[in-house]
Amino acid sequence: MKFGVIVFPGSNCDLDAYHLVRDVLNERVEYVGYDRRLLGYYDVLILPGGFSYGDYLRSGAIAARTPVMEAVADFADRGGLVLGICNGFQALTEAGLLPGALCRNGSLQFRCRQVYVRVDNNSLPFTTLAAEGEVLRMPVAHGDGSYYAPPELLQELDRNGQVVFRYADQDGRTNTEANPNGSIDNIAGVSNRSGNVIGLMPHPERAGEIALGSEDGLVIFKSLIGHFQNREVVEDV
Amino acid sequence: MSEQEKAGTDKPEKLWRKLGLSDHEYEVIVEQLGREPNPVELNMYSVMWSEHCSYKHSRSSLKLFPTDGPRVVQGPGENAGVVDIGDGYAAVFKIESHNHPSAVEPYQGAATGVGGILRDIYTMGAQPIAFLNSLRFGPPDNARGRYLFAGVVAGIGGYGNCVGIPTVGGEVYFEPCYRGNPLVNAMCVGVMPVERLVLGKACGEGNLVALAGARTGRDGIHGVTFASEELSDQSEKDRPAVQVGDPFLGKLLIDATLEAVDRKLVAGVQDLGGAGLTCALTETASRAGTGLEIDLEKVLLREEGLEPFEILTSESQERMLFIVEPQRLEELEGIFRHWELPLTVLGRVSSGKMVTVRYHGEIVAEVPAGSVAGGSPEYEPESREPAYIRELAAFDPLGLPPVKNRGKALLDLLSAPDVASKEWVWQQYDYMVRTCTLEGPGGDAAVLRLRGSGKALAVAVDGNGRHAYLDPRLGGMLAVAEATRNLSCSGAEPIGITDCLNFGNPEKPEMFWQFRQSVEGMAEACRVLEVPVVGGNVSFYNEVEDEAIYPTPVVGAVGLLEKADQHCGIGFCAEGNLICLIGPHHISLGGSQFLKTIHGRVAGSPAGIDLPGEKKLQAFLRRLVAGKLIMSAHDLSDGGLGVAVAESCLKGGTGAALDLPSSPRPDLDLFGEGPSRVLVSIRPADLGDVSKQAGEAGVRLSELGWTGGKKLEINCGGSRVVSLELEAMKKAYEEVFSWMMK
Repeated sequence: MKFGVIVFPGSNCDLDAYHLVRDVLNERVEYVGYDRRLLGYYDVLILPGGFSYGDYLRSGAIAARTPVMEAVADFADRGGLVLGICNGFQALTEAGLLPGALCRNGSLQFRCRQVYVRVDNNSLPFTTLAAEGEVLRMPVAHGDGSYYAPPELLQELDRNGQVVFRYADQDGRTNTEANPNGSIDNIAGVSNRSGNVIGLMPHPERAGEIALGSEDGLVIFKSLIGHFQNREVVEDV
Repeated sequence: MSEQEKAGTDKPEKLWRKLGLSDHEYEVIVEQLGREPNPVELNMYSVMWSEHCSYKHSRSSLKLFPTDGPRVVQGPGENAGVVDIGDGYAAVFKIESHNHPSAVEPYQGAATGVGGILRDIYTMGAQPIAFLNSLRFGPPDNARGRYLFAGVVAGIGGYGNCVGIPTVGGEVYFEPCYRGNPLVNAMCVGVMPVERLVLGKACGEGNLVALAGARTGRDGIHGVTFASEELSDQSEKDRPAVQVGDPFLGKLLIDATLEAVDRKLVAGVQDLGGAGLTCALTETASRAGTGLEIDLEKVLLREEGLEPFEILTSESQERMLFIVEPQRLEELEGIFRHWELPLTVLGRVSSGKMVTVRYHGEIVAEVPAGSVAGGSPEYEPESREPAYIRELAAFDPLGLPPVKNRGKALLDLLSAPDVASKEWVWQQYDYMVRTCTLEGPGGDAAVLRLRGSGKALAVAVDGNGRHAYLDPRLGGMLAVAEATRNLSCSGAEPIGITDCLNFGNPEKPEMFWQFRQSVEGMAEACRVLEVPVVGGNVSFYNEVEDEAIYPTPVVGAVGLLEKADQHCGIGFCAEGNLICLIGPHHISLGGSQFLKTIHGRVAGSPAGIDLPGEKKLQAFLRRLVAGKLIMSAHDLSDGGLGVAVAESCLKGGTGAALDLPSSPRPDLDLFGEGPSRVLVSIRPADLGDVSKQAGEAGVRLSELGWTGGKKLEINCGGSRVVSLELEAMKKAYEEVFSWMMK
């Protein structure tokens, strides 16, 4: 299978996603420039973290209007799997590919630290290898990560299982202390209605090796790899 | 200085004085130029002959530093130092101050300090991999102090986070002397293949000179002159002398520049920092021994109507100068087009040694590059020991009554802003981006793996203004010793240092004495420890209304770990390990954190250092880490043994019980400070081995106690002197800033 990592001007976690896929997971991966209107063949597209266009208007707002995002939207429409991390999540909400919005952290400060997130939907191709309610340790590093959605939308997200990750303590309890940015309902990551596009503020690509403090983030990438391995078996039959 | 006076379009009498040059310096200019300079030329001279650019008061002292060594590829004089790390790779690093700008505009001052040091690193062709910083403020007990502190931290994060280079370490101290003049020293470390090294030289007659990146505006005009004067209550009006950073543009400029260097498209690279275009033009020509022909109207401007002298001295950020062969230009332009960055050809390299600047065809300046970039007089300032030195040295801290409640004293120390956890600071920095950070902030040294090599670099920055104030020479030695010791604690071999020398007005004999003494001390420590100085920065005039800061030499040190997975942290990571102290018992309360925090005094004599002993200790430590014989190592510094053991407990989440010999002054034993001392934890099975090696190395090893439990208990001669729950210590240590900075 093959991953594509989208590179916007100002992306800076593109390298980290690329290395994790290539060096830790030994899968194929390519960078995809922001000015591309046509994509080659990819199984999964990753929108990495960073400060696309300096986040000068709103985080991810300008990235959402680059040529490559039209191709990403087409890819998603056809059921392609899209993973937005941090700034990539912000760009996906700005592009309307994911519901809700990401606002300034409650502390009004950039926050870099390890957090715990609970997997609240483990039936997506991104999470199948995680147990329901499994708690993952991975870092956050952002200034605009406070997730917001109006009450009706929140109910809808809940009903549809679109809340994929919530900030929680080590034992999986959601509470204020566990929430690094003031996100509503401790929401750390959501999916679109059909479950093929997800975004999350924490960085699973920074939690792929024990030497870096955690390898809990691997479950997301391994779920994706497993998803395609299974599919290939089915297709072979 | 009014705009009109700065403008130099009129010819007011003695314009040079208003530009910060002395009458003598003006005479030297006339002599070197062979005629009177015109106002544009005088502006060029004035920025380049400012203290900030010319080092005219420090040059003769800086020659004392050992700058050579088997690993040194490039010593001082270029944009950054370059040190070989094997396998064809080199580490590139430098530290620089941005004190004055941060005093009047903390966010932008700090942000552009980070942006400036970053450019110095990738200008050499290196991929930046880490930032560190050393900060000093007045006590955060008032709104202005907190504004400066919060603004600087936000500015460092704002720039570093956006460009995607992790900020992995640093230090923050608070003293009243920094109230009006905070210190913001930023360090950047990069890595590159040695063969990719590009220098800031305008080589090759006929090569083109191209300017890339941001457009040029009026920000930062005469910033270096501003940086070379004392601050005053009038300094706020100099806010326009502070540049404004654009980290997004900075990030694009890194990517584009490194791609150009990678594809070998450029013959020379120079960033535009202090003194802007003037500095970049004259330094590149002077280093190469060439001349330049420049058409100034080709510089892209941010606004209409900039005068030639403004274009030449603007410090607008995010600009790079490239020297490029004509046939490579098209390819270079292609790279910058992809990143949507402007790149314009300004002129070409010429024979001769003159920099000729035309504006719409008319020559506005014609100056010898070497005269502007290196012709300033060198001063041997008068030097006199200040009266306070002897007075304060005479103070005997042991004359103070012993502190009875040592547990409370320890908690007070842990919650002192100088000592307390700086998590409030570093959680605002992305210290993990690039996924190479094996040890982040909060330890003795940060450790960064080097992808693909199995090696790692350790980095640390240290300086203690209190020690340097009481004994500048010793303070200089201690700064070098502590920074390198911190590397050795992590297991890394120190391979080079960069220094940032923050002092007062060198034209005052007492201030110059502090400077000279500190440099002598640092140089001696570098020689004995065999670690070269490969670059650095001097910041003078750190005074407000005649009150100078403590002399504050700051050392940024870089070390090499042959095996990235063999590095050591500061935390007690397991129960049932032996706790030992490595190093001498030579300690003092003079100049200690204890004396400051508990007794409110900065006085006495800090404990002296045995440099050959320090060298032995560091080598021994590195052997222990490489042999996996120790589980943790933590340098004893502010707050002595008491604070060190508490920090190792808190970092590892494990308690400890120590039994110290009986003593007439347990407060001295617990909180006295002395160099060359390291707290380690050892598995019981390894103790024999460690003792044997300590004996062979001639290093003192003292068993103090055991790790375990959820309390810190310290006995002195059998009687309990400290008994604290970890939770209580954690609260004291970790909550100060979030409470204070609300």
